[in-house]
Amino acid sequence: MAAEPLLSVRNLKTYFAQDEGLVKAVDGVSFDVAPGSTMAIVGESGCGKSVTARSILRIVDRPGRIVEGEILFRRGEAATDLATLDANGAEMRAIRGAEIALIFQEPMSSFSPVHSVGNQIDEAILLHQAVSRRGARDKTIEMLRRVGVPSPEERVDQLSNQLSGGLRQRAMIAMALSCQPTLLIADEPTTALDVTTQTQILELMRQLQKEDGMAIMLITHDLGVVAEMATDVAVMYLGRVVEQAPVDAIFHDPKHPYTRALLRSIPRIRSRTRERLTPIAGSVPHPFDRPHGCSFHPRCTDFIAGRCDASAPELGPAGPGHAVSCFLYE
Amino acid sequence: MLAYVGRRALLAVFTVWAISVLSFAIIQLPPGDYVTSYIAQMASTGSVVSEEEAQQLRIQYGLGQPYYVQYLKWMNLVVRGEFGMSMEWRRPVTEVIGDRLWLTMVVSLAALVLTWVLALPIGIYSAVRQYSPGDYAATFVGFIGLAVPNFLLALVLLYFGFVFLNAHVGGLFSPEMQDAEWSGARVWDLMKHLPMPALILGLAGTAQQIRIMRANLLDELRKPYVVTARSKGLTELRLILKYPVRVALNPFASTIGYTLPYIVSGSIIVSLVLGLPTVGPLLLKALIAQDMFLAGTIVLLLGLMTVIGTLISDILLVWIDPRIRLEET
Repeated sequence: MAAEPLLSVRNLKTYFAQDEGLVKAVDGVSFDVAPGSTMAIVGESGCGKSVTARSILRIVDRPGRIVEGEILFRRGEAATDLATLDANGAEMRAIRGAEIALIFQEPMSSFSPVHSVGNQIDEAILLHQAVSRRGARDKTIEMLRRVGVPSPEERVDQLSNQLSGGLRQRAMIAMALSCQPTLLIADEPTTALDVTTQTQILELMRQLQKEDGMAIMLITHDLGVVAEMATDVAVMYLGRVVEQAPVDAIFHDPKHPYTRALLRSIPRIRSRTRERLTPIAGSVPHPFDRPHGCSFHPRCTDFIAGRCDASAPELGPAGPGHAVSCFLYE
Repeated sequence: MLAYVGRRALLAVFTVWAISVLSFAIIQLPPGDYVTSYIAQMASTGSVVSEEEAQQLRIQYGLGQPYYVQYLKWMNLVVRGEFGMSMEWRRPVTEVIGDRLWLTMVVSLAALVLTWVLALPIGIYSAVRQYSPGDYAATFVGFIGLAVPNFLLALVLLYFGFVFLNAHVGGLFSPEMQDAEWSGARVWDLMKHLPMPALILGLAGTAQQIRIMRANLLDELRKPYVVTARSKGLTELRLILKYPVRVALNPFASTIGYTLPYIVSGSIIVSLVLGLPTVGPLLLKALIAQDMFLAGTIVLLLGLMTVIGTLISDILLVWIDPRIRLEET
C-alpha cells in the first residue's frame, strides 16, 4: 500500500469471557484502510466482522474486551492507538461520531422510536461542532437534502417509524456524515433493504464518498456488494483475516482455499446452464470448539495433514498488496 | 395533541358519571331508607326526631320518589359540595372527611414520589450494572420489600422506634399538634412525620417498580438505537437517560392511575396500625356501621382520584412516547 494508511489494525484480539468459556470473537485481526478507499470486510455470520467494527469504535458490549493489539488511526500527521484510549473518555468520544462514524444494518431500530429523526441528527452535530441549536437544525435539513430525503423540512420532525426503510437508511447516513468523518464504518448497510433500495443506497454512499473523500469500511457477506463498492477486500474466517488484497485480485486471483471456496459457492450470470454451485463442506465450528492449528483445516480441500492441524499460519505477502494466511504460499 | 387530551378528558367525565351512579347504588343498598335508619339510630341513643324534621329530611333527599329523582337530588347536593349526613358521627359528611381527604392525598403523593425517587435510579443502576454486587443487593432488598406485608413492617418500625429511639412514629402529627389550627408549625410537624408512613406505604411499590424498570431497561439497552447513540460519542450517562430510560418509563407512567387509589384503599391496615388520619380507616368504619352517605362519598372520591390519576398518566404517556399520538389519529 503506497499511501500511509488511515486506519491500521494490528493483531487485534477481542475476547468475551462468558460462563461457558472464553469466546475469541476477534483473534488476531490485521488489515489497513487507505484514505478515501473502500475496504470490504467479508465473511460468514459470526466470523467477527461486527465485533471488529465495534472494537475500532470502542463500543464492544460487556463482557467483550480488547485483550491485545493496536488500532492505529491517523489524525492529521500523527496516529492515535484507539486500543489504548479509555473507551468512554473524552478523547475517544471526540473521535466517535466525528472522525469515525457508524451506520448499521437495521434501519428499523437504529433510530430511537420516541425522538424525532431531526433531534437525533442535531444531537450529533451539537456534540462535535460549535454551532447553535438553530444552526444544527439548518445543517440537519441540509444533510437530509444531500442524502436525497424529499421535503426534508417536514421529515426532520417526524419519528423514524413514519419513514420507509430506504429513507431511514438515508437519514442514518445523513447522521453519520453530519460531522464529515474521515472513516465511515458501514456494518451491512443494505442487508435489510430490498434490492432496488439497496442499489440506491450503495450509489448514494459512493457519490458521497466522491464528494467528501472519506474512507469506507464496508462490512458485508454479499460478494455482489463487494464487487460493486470495494477497492480492497479482507476476508475473515473465525476471528482472523485469512486474505487481504485489492478487489480485482480477490475475484480473479484468490489465493486462500476459503476465499476460493466462497467464490465457487455464489452463482454467476455468465455461467454455463445447470452448473452446480459448490457449497463449502461442513459448517462454521462452534466458537468454544475452535480447531487446533489453521481454524479452516477441517473444511479445507487442500488440507496438509500434520501441518495445518499442528500450527496456525501467519498472514504473509503473496503478491502486490496481497496477503494471505495459508501454508500453501509459504 | 390537544384533540387527544380533549378526547381523554371527555371520557373521564363520562367515567365520573358512571362512578357517581355506582356510589348512589351503594348508598341505596341497605334495607330501609336513610330517614328510618336515622330515626332508629337517634332513638337508640335516647333522642327523638320530630315528625317535622323527618319530613324535612325526606323532602331534601327526595325519599319515596323514583330512584332517578333521588339520584338527581343527591347529585344536586354533591355538586354544591354537600354530601349528606353521616349517621354514625351525626355530622355532615364533608365535616367528617374534612382534613382527612387532604392528608390522604399528601400521604399518597409522598408515598408515590418516594417510590419514584427510589425506584428509578435503583432500577436504572440495576439494569446498567446487571449482575454486579449492587444489582444483587437491590434485588435482595427488593424481594424482601415485596414479600413483607407492610402492616408488619409498620409494627416492626413502631416497636423499634419506641424501644430504641423512644419516639412515637405513629400518626401524622405530634400529640400537641393533633387538633391545632393550621399553621407553619403544624405543616412542619406534618413534614417531620411524613417520611415514615410514606416509606412503609411505598416500599412494596418501590420493590415492584425497581424490578419493572430493571427488566424494561435490560430489553431496551440491547436495542440498536442505543448503539447508534453510543457511536455518536455521547457520554454513557447522557445516552442512557435520554434514550433507553425514556422508553422504559412507559409502565411507570401508566401505573399512576391505579397507584393513587391503591395507596388509599390498600393501606387501611397500615393506616390503622400507624394511626394515620386518612380516609382508609374511615371507609372501613363507615362500611361496618352501614353509614351509607359517608361510604358512598368516599367511594365517589376514590373513583374521582382514579380517573384523575388515569388522565394524568394518559397525558404523561403521550409526552413520553409520541407513537401513541400517531396511533390515535
